[in-house]
Amino acid sequence: MNFTLASEFESVPHAEPRQPWKNTKLTILRSVFSFTVAAVLAALIAQVTPLAGRLGWFVAMAFTFPAVMAVVAYKRGSRAMADQMVTGIVLIGFTSVMIPWVSIVATVISRGLKAFYVGFLTTDMLVNQPDDPLNMGGVSHAIVGTLIQVLLASVVAVPLGIIAAIYIVEIRGRGAGVVRFFTQAMSGVPSIVAGLFVYATVVVTITHKFNAVAGALALAILMLPTVARTAEEVLKVVSDDLRASSQALGASQVATTFRVVLPTIRSGLITAAVLGVARVAGETAPLLLTSQYFVKFNTNIFDGPMASLPTYIFSSLGVGTDNSVARAWAASAVLLTLIFILFTIARLFGGRNRKSH
Amino acid sequence: MNETIATDRTKRNADNLELSGKGGLEARDLHAWFGTHHALADVSLHFPERTVTGLIGPSGCGKSTFLRLLNRMHEFIPKSAMAGEVLFNGDDIYAPGVNPTEIRKRIGMVFQKPNPFPAMTIGENVLAGVKLAKIKVENKDDLMEESLTRAGLWKEVRDRLNAAGGSLSGGQQQRLCIARALAMKPEALLLDEPCSALDPISTLRVEETIVQLSETMTIVIVTHNMQQAARVSDYCAFFLSNGGPGRLVEADLTNNIFNNPRDSRTADYVQGRFG
Ligand SMILES: Nc1ncnc2c1ncn2[C@@H]1O[C@H](COP(=O)(O)OP(=O)(O)O)[C@@H](O)[C@H]1O
Ligand SMILES: [Mg+2]
Repeated sequence: MNFTLASEFESVPHAEPRQPWKNTKLTILRSVFSFTVAAVLAALIAQVTPLAGRLGWFVAMAFTFPAVMAVVAYKRGSRAMADQMVTGIVLIGFTSVMIPWVSIVATVISRGLKAFYVGFLTTDMLVNQPDDPLNMGGVSHAIVGTLIQVLLASVVAVPLGIIAAIYIVEIRGRGAGVVRFFTQAMSGVPSIVAGLFVYATVVVTITHKFNAVAGALALAILMLPTVARTAEEVLKVVSDDLRASSQALGASQVATTFRVVLPTIRSGLITAAVLGVARVAGETAPLLLTSQYFVKFNTNIFDGPMASLPTYIFSSLGVGTDNSVARAWAASAVLLTLIFILFTIARLFGGRNRKSH
Repeated sequence: MNETIATDRTKRNADNLELSGKGGLEARDLHAWFGTHHALADVSLHFPERTVTGLIGPSGCGKSTFLRLLNRMHEFIPKSAMAGEVLFNGDDIYAPGVNPTEIRKRIGMVFQKPNPFPAMTIGENVLAGVKLAKIKVENKDDLMEESLTRAGLWKEVRDRLNAAGGSLSGGQQQRLCIARALAMKPEALLLDEPCSALDPISTLRVEETIVQLSETMTIVIVTHNMQQAARVSDYCAFFLSNGGPGRLVEADLTNNIFNNPRDSRTADYVQGRFG
């Protein structure tokens, strides 16, 4: 049988790594071929039947593509045919889901670009009217306002949400059921009600003025249930063996939770925060009742209204002229981009869960 | 000791074993990578039909990686790669067009930690593979009884087939996992340290099972227990890594590996002098 001599042990014979499980060029070629044939067939079908236009072609494609994929696999047996047909159906399904998503983003970006110039990001609307020509004025005040209010809301809601989840899952306190019930109920609160609540309890009775902190509080109320529920689900996935191993080393429950459990699910907690931010970044109604809108940046977060991108969009749309509506599109594009950048940063800094060796 | 394990396989006569032949499993110049980490290099080994081969060697020398290459489980790890060939009854299981799920049906696997599916009863666990792979079975009860019997568990569980799989002891759970693998009627069975979480009695029961199964199938078992390797295996393969990729040092009849190894490192290892 086999025997490797000791002297050979140091020299590793060369071998080229390969991944035979990955799609080969042949399978990719086959798919491209199937796609082309199916596309032509679909066009023909759209010609002779009442199906019309690009949509008609796509509907026909939903049938021809999986069918052609299956036929091309005919020689490789019925299992391969079924496999290829399902692959075709999945690709069609994926495309039909992507179309609305891509078209929303494309519409916002393309319309937004019409009103966009570099100064749009660096100037405010102090000396300009929403209806002014599109080469003056901008949303710098609204960008900063959105960042401040979302950040303040996160500072309140993310720790609170995680603590609520810890209380429910780790501490399993007597009130766990009640806390869970209320966080769940809170997620059903309409955003305008959260705004009204802060308006009544903070703006009217304490500050007597619109302000950014009130806006952030309203956003925090909306963020909290999302963060708490997500964090709870992530915490539940941690195996009890891990907790037991830590506690068996003499670690307290606090140490176990903060030094072992939470670091394990770091990327899950970042997802919780990201979902929370996603929930509120575009909220308009609660801000209209709390931080309102102002044409320039307000340095005092406790005193006076503060702009944000959603309220900027709302007020520009309200003016209703061509130029002001174009401004609203541009601000929407900025808001989309801003959220995208925030998510990317969150993923870059917290995406990796496991330490690589 | 348990009477039924009468044969110490080291004393099996080499003449009774078919040393070459087309059947069984064969690795040829096999390599494995995790990303750029070269974990296993240049392993060529033949596992003849109806034999048991023990894989031994210190932790981290690539035994599990090698085992997972034999039934196409390696590719589940992102960025993994391989080189070489694995022949199963003469056919390369990594050839283009080969369906990996089909290979995994024919080459069963049992893991170190007993892992019955928690949401299923004992009976459902045994038939899980059949159900998940949508295989038509004429008589499910017969298959269940046969699999559990072959795994040496039937007598212990026949009255509680509807209890949760997790309600069994560790040793019983592991035999349940073996029964689950057997219900697929595999032609080969790969076991990765199947007894390392078990008590000695359960270990003996599992070993008995393995010896019985070897009458009908090819078995490869990773073990850190030298006595176990001696008790159950016809052949032994010794793996080692010197910081680089894991290598096969030597493979031979178990008797030779234990009593007359050709490499001094094998001798040191089987006598517990390092590793
Ligand atoms: N999932 C993985 N990702 C990266 N490296 C791995 C992975 N699994 C194993 N390895 C590496 O491959 C080598 C062999 O590991 P393994 O096959 O598990 O050894 P053994 O089973 O002999 O203890 C080790 O260096 C280990 O660090
Ligand atoms: Mg291992």
